[in-house]
Amino acid sequence: MNPLLSVENLSLEFRTRSGIVRALENVSLQLPEGGSLGLVGESGSGKSVLSFAVLGIQDAAAKITGGAIRFAGNDLLADGGSAMKNMRGRELAMIFQNPRVALNPIRQVGQQIEDVLLRHTALRGAAARARAIECLSDVRIPDPERRYTAYPFELSGGMCQRVMIAIALACKPRLLIADEPTTGLDVTTQAAIMRLIRDLGREKGMATLLITHDLGLARDFCDNIAVMHAGHIVEVGATETLFRVPAHPYTAQLVRATPVGQERLEALASIPGNLPDLRRSDLPPCRFSERCELRSATCATPLPTLTASAGHVVACHHPQARTSS
Amino acid sequence: MSQLLEAIDLVKRFPVRVKGRKKLLHAVDGLNFHIDAGETVGLVGESGCGKSTLVRLLTRTLDITDGHVRFRGQGIGLIAARAMADHPLRREIQMVFQDPTDSLNPRYTARQTIAEAVCLLTDTRGTAAIDSAVEEAAAHVGLPPELLDRYPHQLSGGQKARVGIARAIVVKPRLLVLDEPTAALDVSVQAVILQLLDRLKREMNMSFLFVSHDLNVVRLLCDRVMVMYLGQIVETGPAREVFARPLHPYTRALIASLPGGHGNDADLLVGGDPQSPIDPDAHRCRLFGRCPRGAERCETQFPPLREISRGRSAACHFVAPTEGDVYVDAALALHQIDVDPARRATVATEFERLASMATLVQAVPLPDDSLPAPQYRP
Ligand SMILES: Nc1ncnc2c1ncn2[C@@H]1O[C@H](COP(=O)(O)OP(=O)(O)OP(=O)(O)O)[C@@H](O)[C@H]1O
Ligand SMILES: Nc1ncnc2c1ncn2[C@@H]1O[C@H](COP(=O)(O)OP(=O)(O)OP(=O)(O)O)[C@@H](O)[C@H]1O
Ligand code: SF4
Ligand code: SF4
Ligand SMILES: [Mg+2]
Ligand SMILES: [Mg+2]
Repeated sequence: MNPLLSVENLSLEFRTRSGIVRALENVSLQLPEGGSLGLVGESGSGKSVLSFAVLGIQDAAAKITGGAIRFAGNDLLADGGSAMKNMRGRELAMIFQNPRVALNPIRQVGQQIEDVLLRHTALRGAAARARAIECLSDVRIPDPERRYTAYPFELSGGMCQRVMIAIALACKPRLLIADEPTTGLDVTTQAAIMRLIRDLGREKGMATLLITHDLGLARDFCDNIAVMHAGHIVEVGATETLFRVPAHPYTAQLVRATPVGQERLEALASIPGNLPDLRRSDLPPCRFSERCELRSATCATPLPTLTASAGHVVACHHPQARTSS
Repeated sequence: MSQLLEAIDLVKRFPVRVKGRKKLLHAVDGLNFHIDAGETVGLVGESGCGKSTLVRLLTRTLDITDGHVRFRGQGIGLIAARAMADHPLRREIQMVFQDPTDSLNPRYTARQTIAEAVCLLTDTRGTAAIDSAVEEAAAHVGLPPELLDRYPHQLSGGQKARVGIARAIVVKPRLLVLDEPTAALDVSVQAVILQLLDRLKREMNMSFLFVSHDLNVVRLLCDRVMVMYLGQIVETGPAREVFARPLHPYTRALIASLPGGHGNDADLLVGGDPQSPIDPDAHRCRLFGRCPRGAERCETQFPPLREISRGRSAACHFVAPTEGDVYVDAALALHQIDVDPARRATVATEFERLASMATLVQAVPLPDDSLPAPQYRP
C-alpha cells in the first residue's frame, strides 16, 4: 500500500548569525492512510521543525537541503511548495504546540472556526455557524454557544488548546499533525480528545502524526512510534515492540525516564548529557555517541540502518535487541 | 512549619455577557488553604476549573473580587495588579507561566531575559557576576550555554520553558508558583527539573505551588495536593495518600482516566456536560450530573469541604472515614504520635485489616468518647 505521507531523507538547516543549525538530517518516515504514528524524543530534537516542514511553514532562515516529502503521491516540495498551500487546512491540518499564539487574539474563537469552514467547505451562513458550534462541543468545550463569542484571553489555556483542535478537525482532514495536542489538558479531557481523534481516524480514515513527550499517551494511541534524537530518527517500530524491546540505547533510556509507576523522584533516570550543539561542523555520524554507554570505535563510522524485526528499524551499530541486517 | 501563604475565602468573578445580559463567571469561588514554608503543594483539576486564575490572584497579577491573601502574615490581597511590577513582593513570589511563548519577550535573547530578572530583582551587580548567575541558572535547568544567545523563535517549546524556569529561580524567591511547567518538557528534562525543584526545597526551604495535569509528577514531587473542580477545592490531603486512596468522586475519576492506568471504570465521570460556571446554583453539588455516585440529595444540598480524617478533606456527602481512619486518628490522638503522612494509607489499611478481626478491635483500648462515631457509605 502506498503511504499517505512519506518523508524521504529530508535534511533541513537554519542559518543563524552564530552558524548553521543542522536541525534535520536524512529523516525518513511513512504514515499510511488512517494510521497513527507517534513521534517522540527529547526537547529540541527537531519534532516541531519536521512537522513545520511537512506543512511548508518555515522560518525565513530555514533551508531544505535535500530529500522529498510526498503526500498522497504528490511531491509537496515541487514548484516552491505551492502544492502544499492548497492542501493546508483542508487535507492537512495541524494542532500547534502553543495554542494561544496560533489563535488570532482579536477575533472570537467561534468565528475563527467558521473562517476555516468558509474557506474549505461549502457551508455558509447559519449552517456554518451551527457546524462551528458543533466543533466546539466535539472538543468538550462546555457551553459552546456562549464560548463561540469568547476571545482567546477569556479562555483558559486548555480551552484555547481545544479551540485549536476544533479548528484542525473542522474540515475532517486526511492527515492531522498534532504537536503536543493534549499537554495542557487534564486526563479526563485528554482522554475525550484522543478518543475524538481516534474516532475520526476510524470513520474518515484520517491519519495522525502525534508528537508527544508523553510515552504513555503514545503507547495508548499509536500503531507505530518513531524516536527522534538531535535531528535524526534513531528508531521506528510497532508501539508494543518498541516499548518491550527498545533497540536503540536512547529509546531504552527514554523509556526508563518515564514517571509512570516510579515510586521515588530519585528513581527517575534522566538521560545524561545534552543534545549536541547542532551548529558544530564536527558532528559525529551518531549524534548520540557522546552520551552513549555502548559507544565503540565503530560508532565513528557512518550509521547503518538495521532491521531488528519486520517493521522495526534502528540506526545504531550496537542495537540492544537481536537484529539481522 | 510556619505558614508562608494563606488564602481566606478567596473569590474571583469575571463579568460576562450572555445573550446581552450581564452575568458573573465564578472562576474562583471561596477558596481557603495555606502553603507552609518549604512545602510543595500540587494543584490539579479539569481544564478551565480556575487554576491559572487562582495562580494569578496569589501572585497578585489579577485583582481579587473578594477574600484575603496573606504572605508571611501580611495582607497582600489589596496590592493592585498594576502596582505589582515595582513591588518588593515580586522578589519573594516568582512565577513560571503556562505558555512560555506568551511570557518571553521576543526581542530578548535567553541570556537577556534571565539577566533582566537578575538586575531588577537581586543585588547582583557587574557584568561578570550577572553573567555567572545567568549561566548557573541555565545549567540548573539543563539549558545548554550555546542556546543562551538565541531568541525565543529560535528555541524549541521545551527550551523556552526552561528559559522561563531559569528566569524564576535565579531570583531565589520564597514561593515559586509554576503553572504547568513540565507540560512542554520531555521526560528526561522533566526529571532534571523535578529533581532541581526538590533540591531547592531542601536547600533553600523554598515553597512551591505546582499546577499540573500530570498526576504522576504531582504524586512524586508534592507533599500535599489540592484537587479543584469548577472554582472550588473538592479534595486535599498528602499527595501520596490522595493518589493511593482518592476520596472524592472527581479525584477518583481523574485517577481512573490515567492513560495506561488500572483504574476502575465505574469511577469514570458519566456523560453530560459540566455545569456552567456562570451564576452557579449555590445549593447544588458542582459535580452533580457528571458524578457516577450522584443522588437526589446532591441536587438540593451543597456539600462543603470538610475534614474526613487527619489532614484529609473532601467535599462530598458520601465520603466518610473508613473504620481504619477512625482507629488511626483515635490512636494518633491518644498516643500523640505522628505517622509519616506518606505511610498513612498503609497504616490505615493495616488497621482496617486488624479492625475486621473483631477480637482485636475489642482489644484496642480506646476510651469511648475519643472515637468519632463511625460512618458508613450508604
Ligand atoms: N528558527 C530557528 N533558528 C535556529 N534554530 C532553530 C530555529 N527553530 C528551531 N531551531 C532549533 O532546532 C532544534 C529543533 O527544534 P524543534 O522545535 O523542532 O524541537 P522539538 O523536538 O519540537 O522540541 P520540543 O519538544 O521542546 O518542542 C532546536 O535545537 C531548536 O533550538
Ligand atoms: N478575562 C477573563 N474573562 C472572562 N472569563 C475568564 C477570563 N479569564 C478566565 N476566564 C474563565 O475563568 C475560568 C477559569 O479559567 P482558568 O484559566 O483559571 O482555568 P485553568 O484551570 O487554568 O484551566 P487550564 O487547565 O485549561 O489552563 C474559565 O472558564 C475561563 O473561561
Ligand atoms: S551507534 Fe554507537 S554510539 Fe551511537 S547509539 Fe549506537 S552504540 Fe551508541
Ligand atoms: S455530593 Fe453527590 S454529586 Fe457531589 S460529588 Fe458527592 S456524590 Fe457526587
Ligand atoms: Mg516542539
Ligand atoms: Mg491554566
